[in-house]
Amino acid sequence: MSPVRKKRFYMVLLLVVGISIATFLIVQAFSQNMMFFFSTSEVKQGKAPKDREFRLGGLVVEGSVKRIPKTLTVQFELTDSITPVSVEYTGILPDLFREGQGIIAKGQLNASGVFVASEVLAKHDENYMPPEVADSLAKAAKINAENAKNAEKAGSTEAISESIKEKSE
Amino acid sequence: MIPEIGLFALILGLAFSFVLASVPLLGSYKNHSGLMQLAKPAAIGQFLFLALSFACLIYAFTVDDFSVKYVASNSNTQLPMIFKVSATWGAHEGSLLLWALILTTWTLAVSLFSKPLPDSLNSRILSVLGMVSIGFILFILLTSNPFERLIEVPTEGRSLNPLLQDIGLAIHPPVLYMGYVGMAVAFAFAVAILLEGKFEMAWARWAKGWTIVAWAFLTIGIALGSWWAYYELGWGGWWFWDPVENASLLPWIVATALIHSLSITANRGSFQSWTLLLAILAFSLSLLGTFLVRSGVLTSVHAFTTDPSRGVFILIFLVIVVGSSLSLYASHAHKVTKRKPFNPVSKETLLLLNNVILMAMMATVLLGTLYPLILDALGLAKLSVGAPYFNSVMLPLTIPLALFMGLGFATYWREDNSKRLLQRLWLPAVSSLLIAFLIPLLILPEFSGLAVIGLLMSSWIAFSALHWLLKENSAGLVKPSFQKIGSVMAHIGFAVTLTGITITSIYSIEKDVRLEPGQSYQINQYRFEFVNVKQKQVDNYLASEGHIKVYEDGIPLTELHPEKRTYLSQAMPMTEAGIDAQLSRDLFVALGEKLDNQAWSVRLQYKPFVRWIWLGSILMALGGVITLLQRRKNSAVKNTIQSQAEKTA
Repeated sequence: MSPVRKKRFYMVLLLVVGISIATFLIVQAFSQNMMFFFSTSEVKQGKAPKDREFRLGGLVVEGSVKRIPKTLTVQFELTDSITPVSVEYTGILPDLFREGQGIIAKGQLNASGVFVASEVLAKHDENYMPPEVADSLAKAAKINAENAKNAEKAGSTEAISESIKEKSE
Repeated sequence: MIPEIGLFALILGLAFSFVLASVPLLGSYKNHSGLMQLAKPAAIGQFLFLALSFACLIYAFTVDDFSVKYVASNSNTQLPMIFKVSATWGAHEGSLLLWALILTTWTLAVSLFSKPLPDSLNSRILSVLGMVSIGFILFILLTSNPFERLIEVPTEGRSLNPLLQDIGLAIHPPVLYMGYVGMAVAFAFAVAILLEGKFEMAWARWAKGWTIVAWAFLTIGIALGSWWAYYELGWGGWWFWDPVENASLLPWIVATALIHSLSITANRGSFQSWTLLLAILAFSLSLLGTFLVRSGVLTSVHAFTTDPSRGVFILIFLVIVVGSSLSLYASHAHKVTKRKPFNPVSKETLLLLNNVILMAMMATVLLGTLYPLILDALGLAKLSVGAPYFNSVMLPLTIPLALFMGLGFATYWREDNSKRLLQRLWLPAVSSLLIAFLIPLLILPEFSGLAVIGLLMSSWIAFSALHWLLKENSAGLVKPSFQKIGSVMAHIGFAVTLTGITITSIYSIEKDVRLEPGQSYQINQYRFEFVNVKQKQVDNYLASEGHIKVYEDGIPLTELHPEKRTYLSQAMPMTEAGIDAQLSRDLFVALGEKLDNQAWSVRLQYKPFVRWIWLGSILMALGGVITLLQRRKNSAVKNTIQSQAEKTA
């Protein structure tokens, strides 16, 4: 190889090595820090991971917000209108956290199935609904509608609970 | 009547854009100077009508004309005058109109200050800018008309989101847009060069000046956004890797690379093709940012709009702009490319390496921003990538970036000797090592490896930049030029920001605590005593005002008054933090909510060096502007003087 070619070769080699390292780093970091979203029904069905953080979204159930006296710990329930999940959070809640509001919480499930949130997100708009939550509500509404239809056919309340069980399995 | 005039002015502005986009371009091909000279009046007309249109909208806000839908849904009579004016660009329609106005302002400026360029190139640049205007004005007219009337006129409007009633946010969008839209000039320049078929060094210098101005605005705009989030969102974070923030960071990263690449092209005549590609990329990312923010595809703390038709329009516009400019690039770039040999040990190599690193950073941010959106759009999964992803990639990329930045200052153009380079560098190297180890050992509360790395990077950049400036000065050959002073200042600014990021990330303390009146909480040498919370009524909101005494080592230091506000026109509470700011640290107090027994939940924070993040940004932008004060000499003469000076220094 001529000296010029050689130089160019090293240059290209250096770039290729650099870009490969960068790509490796990026992909590595990306896969470690991906955080999936699950609706409350999906959590109850056991679809959510037990050993890593994820995001949980739903409506704050009316009357479910409880404060543990003398601490900053709050317990409440989130729901997609079918299955509620208990959430526990220690810290300051966002301004727009209130019953009936759609929120997203980041955190992990503990051994007893309570979602321990490390962060609670609520948007700065009272009419705002996080898209993920809106989506899970829409799915739940569909299931509810189907159940209602089935119930009409069967004409009994038992059928409703049957079909909910089926759906959730 | 006034809103109709505004709409009409906008349509007339569009007519001028059509003239601007076609006639000068035609003139440049026919070599007809009469047609080319039409560019200036067309640019002036376009600007005047857009300005008139925008003035009409502001007027509608100031007189509370709620028959205009946009005014009714974004303002009310209770709003202080200054926020009525800023409400004009507080939401989607108005901010787009502001965008278009700024684009025509840039276009006007280009038409007035383009002496170094030949007529044909200048006409082509202006025509391309005209085409971009057409896109934006059509977007406003077809999907987001701010002058739309309501049939039933409400007596009172809806309030501006209280978060937006803030002076920081009132000036944030215009500044940011100046930066975003300014990238259109570099873009138009690149497309015009591709049409022209050649690229001269003096032209690169012209483009560099414009890019620096846009970049300086973008820098300040991003810093303002970060500062606003810090004190207004009430959380004390200064960067969230939120898609909206990323949307402004992406063009900033590429613009930074572009300025340096333009500087190689202007000084050495090489890297032309790469420069053109970066210019196209920078504006494409600005448009992508617009798409992300304005289409409602995001789940983000900042996104206030949702309307799919708008998203589709911007997406199509984006595809047309990016597609046509890239295919032009693919077919024409080889014509303008000149190769100039350079040694591996040279300024060119280092600038190239840092360009590659900046591109890797851009790709990192882009991936983290778009991948979740794409997966969601395809219905595959709903996921998000948090700050840890961005941090864990950006940190290892910043280390070589800082290393090469410092080396770049000491290295000559074209060819250098690595041995002599080392001789030149020992002083900055030793001083930065000293600083990086001594400060964490002696001053900072505890020794941390990451702090050493961060301080090493920033002091290395700052010292080698200073060394470069002072050494040349002491040789007595050349007075330091504005170009040099500005460049050194901008890089020191980067070092200052880096220092702020390092120290505030490692040593910040954040505590959420429950405090009853009379109770205290201690963070380092600071004791926060919670006195009480009182109710008060101000202008258009009710507030619970906290009263917190702060003691430093037992001596009273200051009193902070964080607030919890409820605006009358909206049922939404808002947190106003109480901040005691100093250069070396911020003390930050925010009220949570009322608990039992008169107790409140309170967030207390100690944020060392957080001010440095924004201070550095100001230095960067100022430095950029100072380089523009450089007198334009005859470029050929200047080049030889400069290269001689660099050889002998």
